[in-house]
Amino acid sequence: MTLLCQAPAALVGWPPWLEASVQHSSQFWMANMYSKGTKRKFYDSVDAATDNKAALYSRQRQSLLDMSLIKLQLCHMLVEPNMCRSVLIANTVRHIQEEMTHDGSWQLVTEAFGSSGPSDHLVATEVLCRSSALEQQGGGPKLYSVMGYDGCREEEVVTDEALCSVTFSGGAPSLLGTIDHCWDRAELRMAAVEDRVIKDSGSEVESGEGAKTVMGQVFGTFEIKNGAPGSDPALEELFSAVDASYYDLDTMLTSIQSTPKMGPYNLLDSMASSHGPTSNSSCRTDLSELDHIMEIIVGS
Amino acid sequence: AFHSFSKSHLADIISTVEFNHSGELLATGDKGGRVVIFQQELESKNQPQCRGEYNVYSTFQSHEPEFDYLKSLEIEEKINKIRWLPQKNAAQFLLSTNDKTIKLWKISERDKRPEGYNLKEEDGRYRDPTTVTTLRVPVFQPMDLMVEASPRRVFANAHTYHINSISVNSDCETYLSADDLRINLWNLEITDRSFNIVDIKPVNMEELTEVITAAEFHPNQCNTFVYSSSKGTIRLCDMRASALCDQHSKLFEEPEDPSNRSFFSEIISSISDVKFSHSGRYMMTRDYLSVKIWDLNMESRPVETYQVHEYLRSKLCSLYENDCIFDKFECCWNGNDSVVMTGSYNNFFRMFDRGYRQDVTLEASRESSKPRSVLKPRKVCTGGKRKKDEISVDSLDFNKKILHTAWHPQDNIIAVATTNNLYIFQDKL
Repeated sequence: MTLLCQAPAALVGWPPWLEASVQHSSQFWMANMYSKGTKRKFYDSVDAATDNKAALYSRQRQSLLDMSLIKLQLCHMLVEPNMCRSVLIANTVRHIQEEMTHDGSWQLVTEAFGSSGPSDHLVATEVLCRSSALEQQGGGPKLYSVMGYDGCREEEVVTDEALCSVTFSGGAPSLLGTIDHCWDRAELRMAAVEDRVIKDSGSEVESGEGAKTVMGQVFGTFEIKNGAPGSDPALEELFSAVDASYYDLDTMLTSIQSTPKMGPYNLLDSMASSHGPTSNSSCRTDLSELDHIMEIIVGS
Repeated sequence: AFHSFSKSHLADIISTVEFNHSGELLATGDKGGRVVIFQQELESKNQPQCRGEYNVYSTFQSHEPEFDYLKSLEIEEKINKIRWLPQKNAAQFLLSTNDKTIKLWKISERDKRPEGYNLKEEDGRYRDPTTVTTLRVPVFQPMDLMVEASPRRVFANAHTYHINSISVNSDCETYLSADDLRINLWNLEITDRSFNIVDIKPVNMEELTEVITAAEFHPNQCNTFVYSSSKGTIRLCDMRASALCDQHSKLFEEPEDPSNRSFFSEIISSISDVKFSHSGRYMMTRDYLSVKIWDLNMESRPVETYQVHEYLRSKLCSLYENDCIFDKFECCWNGNDSVVMTGSYNNFFRMFDRGYRQDVTLEASRESSKPRSVLKPRKVCTGGKRKKDEISVDSLDFNKKILHTAWHPQDNIIAVATTNNLYIFQDKL
């Protein structure tokens, strides 16, 4: 796990409070795993006189939670991740969060990071939401440092950003078409939103749904788009606009190995920021933006 | 006592091992998509008690790596499972599958060739008809044995998720294939259509908490099959009840032991393999730490439980960290269902005699497996003083794992696959 040794210079596209959360979690886990003698005061509010056993259990549980989150983040490689393993890890995360919520330590965690998101909008699920935006290979600080790959991606960044503003007025095909392998995840998020658009006729996503939605997005990556027979002709027209030459294997491998500076979340965030009020709950912002995009696509 | 007999060296990581119905052939699949079939030599006249050695009979490339451009992901060529069809004629048939595609292979022998054509030379060139002055009848002449493998059917595009099991029905006409969320029923003759018989995919993927881990047809009842899950349950389904078998006929689940509860409880309860006994009365399941025998008539708990490596229970956190806790061990029955076998770490494998209530730990390694030598039982020391020849838990090599084992359908011959090697042991000299 040396890739986490370097403090992240900039987690592109992550809201500050989430950045701090993952950073803190990762560093805490690192501290636990590698500095055996160091006593870390993770919970400032834990009374020093409290039973050591409880504190130890608490630390171990946190350590397990962090380890699990990182395992989920590292799922995305060239070969599809093992679904059974992912489900078991996600269930473990859920169990830990449930227990932590029960004994009140989850509140401590969210307060410590100054999160003003809804209390049931679990941090872990935010991390899972972001997991697909992080491509990592073993070793080296590639995970967070996007600096080293600027040369490779800068042009595309500009293009995407330019498209981004065009996209908003002219429809979303280029949005989906130019994001390399991340677009399927964006599309799936959109698909998840689309369901709600169809069901709730564009109503706002409730905060309680947020946790479930992003959990679905992790597993949504397992979906195959071509598995849906008789799909929406508008969507098919969308995909026909995809530049087939982009799927050249070399390009694909290069783009996977380099940390994509522009992922769907980045675009959505830049759209969100360009479109006014920054909501504290960035996920909610994303989803409402997605709602808007879906309306454009569906042609309502 | 088991004796080392022969071992073969295979270049790639072995991913599946399976004897055919007579035990004469042994198929292995590997990570590179290759299938290697071994054949037992006929008993030698000099040593009538000594059963023949297994030698390479046929090698072929079953699956190739593919790239799914839509998802920008590789489809691995690794062979997940091989299942033999019962033999109907001179040729042998097997099903092999990777994550997405199942193939039916025909393996046939050619040991004769026609000679003495009138219009063709021996090398195949056509003769000028005007030079033919006499006629002869072509005859078959013996030739060196040639074993050919040819793909007869390709069953593709029916699985969204990764195929983990295939099982041939006792009717010999149909078979099932199972992936993480669905089970499909195929007719061996029809490749462009399959019937979905189990679907546990939730409407919202965010509600996904359980996947299918293994599935198998009943050995005698062609309407019955079972599938196991990552939550430690086994469901028995009857295809006569309805077209879609989402409603199980029986649910086998052992209540959790509250004293052993931990954050890893669910993970270690996940079933990695399920196998019916040859008789069809019992089924065996393998979870991370144990092997359980279930009576099909009793759903509430297993009738027998065998601990494979209970000493790992206190190490679960480390095993979670290094991902070993997700290892999928297989298990198998012997021919008369009296002994069951499964693998462990450090190239150890375990056998449990159900009748005599004995168990033994053996090792598959080059040092302990010189030809004709007797396998020595091994013991893991769990704490305190380590006796001579014992190995302590902390010295176990978790990279040396035996995930795949197979038992000859009639005789006491076993095939044990370590990462790169196949070991074949038998109990008689």
